[in-house]
Amino acid sequence: MRSPIAVVCSKEVVENARDRRTMFSTLVFGPLFAPALFAVLINVVLSQTLASMDDRISVPVIGAEHAPNLLAFLRRYGLDAVEGPATVELARLTVQQGDHEVVLAIDEGFGDAFRAGLDARLSLIVDRSQTRAAATSQRVRAVLDAYAEQLGLLRLQARGLNPVVLRAVTIDEIDVSTAAGRSALLLGMLTYFLLLSTLTGGFYLAIDATAGERERGSLEPLLTVPVARSSLLLGKLAATICYMLLSLALTLAAFTAALRFVPFEDLGMQANFSPLMAAEILLVLAPFAPLGAALMTLVASFTRSYREAQTYLTLVLLVPTLPLLIATVLNVQPRLALMWIPSLSQHLLITELLKAQPIDAAAYAVSAGASLLLGAAIALVAIRLYERESLLG
Amino acid sequence: MIRVEGLKKRFGKVQALDGVSFTAGDGRITGLLGPNGAGKSTCLRVLCTVLKPDAGKATIDDVDVVGRPLAARRELGVLPHGAGLYPQLTARENIAYFGRLHGLEEDALRRRIEQLIDRLELGEIAERRAKGFSQGERTKVALARALVHAPRHLLLDEPTNGLDVMATVALRRWLQELKALGQCIILSSHVMQEVAALCDDIVIIAHGRVVASGTTQELQSRFGNQSLEDIFVQSVAPS
Repeated sequence: MRSPIAVVCSKEVVENARDRRTMFSTLVFGPLFAPALFAVLINVVLSQTLASMDDRISVPVIGAEHAPNLLAFLRRYGLDAVEGPATVELARLTVQQGDHEVVLAIDEGFGDAFRAGLDARLSLIVDRSQTRAAATSQRVRAVLDAYAEQLGLLRLQARGLNPVVLRAVTIDEIDVSTAAGRSALLLGMLTYFLLLSTLTGGFYLAIDATAGERERGSLEPLLTVPVARSSLLLGKLAATICYMLLSLALTLAAFTAALRFVPFEDLGMQANFSPLMAAEILLVLAPFAPLGAALMTLVASFTRSYREAQTYLTLVLLVPTLPLLIATVLNVQPRLALMWIPSLSQHLLITELLKAQPIDAAAYAVSAGASLLLGAAIALVAIRLYERESLLG
Repeated sequence: MIRVEGLKKRFGKVQALDGVSFTAGDGRITGLLGPNGAGKSTCLRVLCTVLKPDAGKATIDDVDVVGRPLAARRELGVLPHGAGLYPQLTARENIAYFGRLHGLEEDALRRRIEQLIDRLELGEIAERRAKGFSQGERTKVALARALVHAPRHLLLDEPTNGLDVMATVALRRWLQELKALGQCIILSSHVMQEVAALCDDIVIIAHGRVVASGTTQELQSRFGNQSLEDIFVQSVAPS
């Protein structure tokens, strides 16, 4: 005779393996969606942080013949003028459509005004709603400003004035951001995606334990079998944890495949996403699964219907973001005391792994222990609720 | 034998059971007859240990349902209202799940399920998933599930609800067969004719109290067929 917990667990595993909704959230949502989204994000961040200011870029110019000196100046700063659209109207259109990130239009009176010492006019056609083009247009703008300032200073000097009179305030901007700092947000996202796919893996099983059984009318007969309700719930929790770990493992495998060739070094991490690392991350995150399963089951048991349970559980999916958000904003460093906070502790340990730093055994023990303890406590509360009469609703 | 003495149960402001007492004998079918909300389901739920009574006592072959709920559940087969099955499991798997939870060995379980499939004519749907079952098919599977551990007592809450004529007739035949085997069967219904046709003993419940009880013949000769209906109607009216 098998133990009732094993009977319940294996039935839940089989039943949910046949449920399209569960399989979607376990096999598709986490393992496919999360790495895909992350790959896009990481590419955006990489292209933004790694685009060097020394790269030469081409700038479409209208009326290049009116300002040869300006173009020479631009070229010195890495901006190569190329033949732009025929008219300013056309340039507006092409920028709006995203064909060009920026177009520089030189007024035909530019040369005459310049020689007369009047303000010579340039137009820079940009689309501020295009964040992708922001870096390019800012760079062109900065070089043009530098050109204008240089000429202005030369004119002041020619009139015998000290250029400093124009500069009432001098601002020196000191950028101390590092590659690692920039990647903190990204790492937070990685942990969150992993925690999220762990939770979604058990989402429907957790609902099923109470609200689902009740709505189908199968809860009452189930409660009439000679098995303690605590065993029934523990069996369901065990099945939920199985699915969560399966979802996590699949997601990690997908991440390993997708991120093998992403240059993590450029983000200040020394290690790449190898299968070994995926296994280590799995070990770090595994103790979170029982906690998540217990939490979702508990929340679902308060609800009156499947639909209500779905609504509340969606909120539960956001819970692990809170410690991550705080960690990212405050840029906290791993300390033993922080290992008591589930999700944050896993995040910090994963970050250490990705930096190719050895993990402190005590830190891991506290992280795993704290998650398991909290999970057990919540499971106890869930069992208490399962034993209430009002469970039947 | 199931014995119920002075059961009381209150949900908030509603006194669902207000001192219900009756006895259901072995080899007999006892009908709990009453209008909706009379307390029939609550009474059955107390008997199958899903609810605890506020006062009173209920025993199943001398096993106290409050004191030894697990032992009581072993003695009972329960067909609750609605008969919910697991839609992704086949009929056979639905029955086997409950058999395993009742602690049956795999060999004995397989034999028992074959027996039930045979007796309840489940052959056609045994390997089909419960998702698309008709109400009649669901009730049959739920009945097989309730009988999987060969209980000596059977509780059925409105078993003919939603069944067509053929399924109702079949269900009655099976209940008669089980009764012939010496089982103690309690069923609830709000349909007087059905109870009169099927049951040996009738307990009429209204507002959480037993308003009349006796064998079917006794009640019919005491009140006549017409006045049995009158008792029923009067009992629905607020006292």
